[in-house]
Amino acid sequence: MRATMTPQEIADRFVQKFGSLVSDVRVQERCEGVKKVPQKTVWMTVPRESINDAIAELISIDYPHLGVIAASDNGDMIDLLYHLQVFFGGKHEEICVVFTVKIPKSDPHVPTISGLIPGAVYSEREKQDMIGVTVDGIPDSRRIFLPDDFPQDVYPWRKDEKGIPPSMVKELWKIDRPTDRPVPPVKEPEPVVKKEPESADQAEGGVTE
Amino acid sequence: MSGKNASYELPLGPIHPALKEPVNFTFKMNGEVIEEVDFAPGRSHRGIEWMGMRRNPVQILHLCDRICGICGVAHALVFAQAIETIADVEVPDRAYYVRTIIAEFERIQSHILWAGVAAHELGFDTLFYLAWQIREESVDVIEYITGNRVNYGIMMVGGTRRDITPDMFPRLEQALQYYEGLFEKMVDLFLNDKTIAMRCKNTGILTKRRALELATVGPTSRASGLAMDVRVDSPYAAYGDLDIDIILPEVYSNETVGDVYDRIVVRLFEVKQSVEIIRQCMKQMPEGPVLAEDKYAKLLMNLKKAKGETFARVEAPRGEDMHYVRMNGKQEAPEMWKVKASTYSNQMAWVEILQGEQIADIPIIVASIDPCMSCTDRVAVVNQEGNAGILTKEHLHRLSVEKTRRMQRRMQS
Repeated sequence: MRATMTPQEIADRFVQKFGSLVSDVRVQERCEGVKKVPQKTVWMTVPRESINDAIAELISIDYPHLGVIAASDNGDMIDLLYHLQVFFGGKHEEICVVFTVKIPKSDPHVPTISGLIPGAVYSEREKQDMIGVTVDGIPDSRRIFLPDDFPQDVYPWRKDEKGIPPSMVKELWKIDRPTDRPVPPVKEPEPVVKKEPESADQAEGGVTE
Repeated sequence: MSGKNASYELPLGPIHPALKEPVNFTFKMNGEVIEEVDFAPGRSHRGIEWMGMRRNPVQILHLCDRICGICGVAHALVFAQAIETIADVEVPDRAYYVRTIIAEFERIQSHILWAGVAAHELGFDTLFYLAWQIREESVDVIEYITGNRVNYGIMMVGGTRRDITPDMFPRLEQALQYYEGLFEKMVDLFLNDKTIAMRCKNTGILTKRRALELATVGPTSRASGLAMDVRVDSPYAAYGDLDIDIILPEVYSNETVGDVYDRIVVRLFEVKQSVEIIRQCMKQMPEGPVLAEDKYAKLLMNLKKAKGETFARVEAPRGEDMHYVRMNGKQEAPEMWKVKASTYSNQMAWVEILQGEQIADIPIIVASIDPCMSCTDRVAVVNQEGNAGILTKEHLHRLSVEKTRRMQRRMQS
């Protein structure tokens, strides 16, 4: 059994270690069922320069499971929310830790955390696709969910002018079949003209070329 | 392809019979052995989050049902939990139990469906037919409870839309006994079969350390010995009241390898666990209503005023399913909605477990994490660049079947 701490102890440890760098620290408990066993979450805001230090500190407590990096367009800022869990495996002992990192839209950069948690690359690639935050030092910066021909500088989760423009979603029926597609490897067959039974062999033989 | 050891590229997908849903793989091969793996998801991206951010929570709930055909209740349940947390909705106790029962029946049908797919990938089609026949019973019960076989539409913010009354218990009990009676047989067919053992043991190994580092979830991580199950760790619905443990491969075998075989072990024994959970729920179910507010107009009025952000999590059949919701109290629609499905977390493991394996093992290893692309992608545009040389339709499946036959012959001689 791993050593466990209370959510408040985790919060206190971060406040002690990082001082005024962490802000907006709060402990949330949600209870469901008849016995009301709590689900425990510690929320805190950390500056983007310190996100790796904060995760390293969490690793020194217990190696966390990275749930996801969520993102939200917050007007002038983009919020990235790193959801991690520690102490899972014991009964009802798990504690979730959410690090919120606020990034100005004028300089949308954040350091990668994949050096500490390799599995974060997937989520970081999605954030580059969807909300237009550049992850510095990411080992694989290709697009993940959006196709290669998706317009540059359009990000589906943005609420500002960089979000999906109405032209991409309104009146799609007006858009005819695309004309800029590569030529198919096999030439489209000529429409077969129905002929009399005696010349049927010729038509089936595919004499289009 | 000049030298004998020259490696070559093998594209696979996005549409392929070995993949039950679209995803694009590129393998760098050396002979029969996989050297490098790359994959590109996003082939069934439908923009569901984008749609959701323009709809009210009750509408989103029904959209959640349609994120995935198999784990529909998981997404709806987790979204309902998120909204309840933000808006401080008091859910009646009985609703927690109804939610748990339906979620566990969903787990049964999902795991048996997967077991059938796994048998099919190995070329063991009689077992595939049998598994899917057995699965019908759970789908029938789900239809009996909710009225639908898929897209159940039973969840609601503040509870459930239908109750499970005591007069329905005999039908549920009948299904539980059906599965209990068949469990020994399923274990025997899947785990004591020489061919399945040969193909699955020591294939696609994921170590515990890597399972943790790659942030895998659900049966995939549990098969590697990583104890992690939202139902036990951070109990939601009625799971906190129940006596449940995390299923690890140790329940059946002495050592944990983290291979495909262990993933079968975990999923099969979770079916048995689900039966026990449903029985506990039926025994302990408290009396009372199942919905906090049945006037939707009033409910929506209250939700419109709600302000806050939260993460909610449930254990879907494939692992942790998580939704992030932020409401600003000014509009009906959430300001932000992020869906993190279970396969989202498990896909990174593909790169790890496919390396060094053979072409013929691709189908079973890819299937072994029980991938659900609809959950993960949620949006759909196809790449412009055509890809020549994609493996033909049944080729890969045939390779896998041939390998099984070859091994069977070798065993007999």
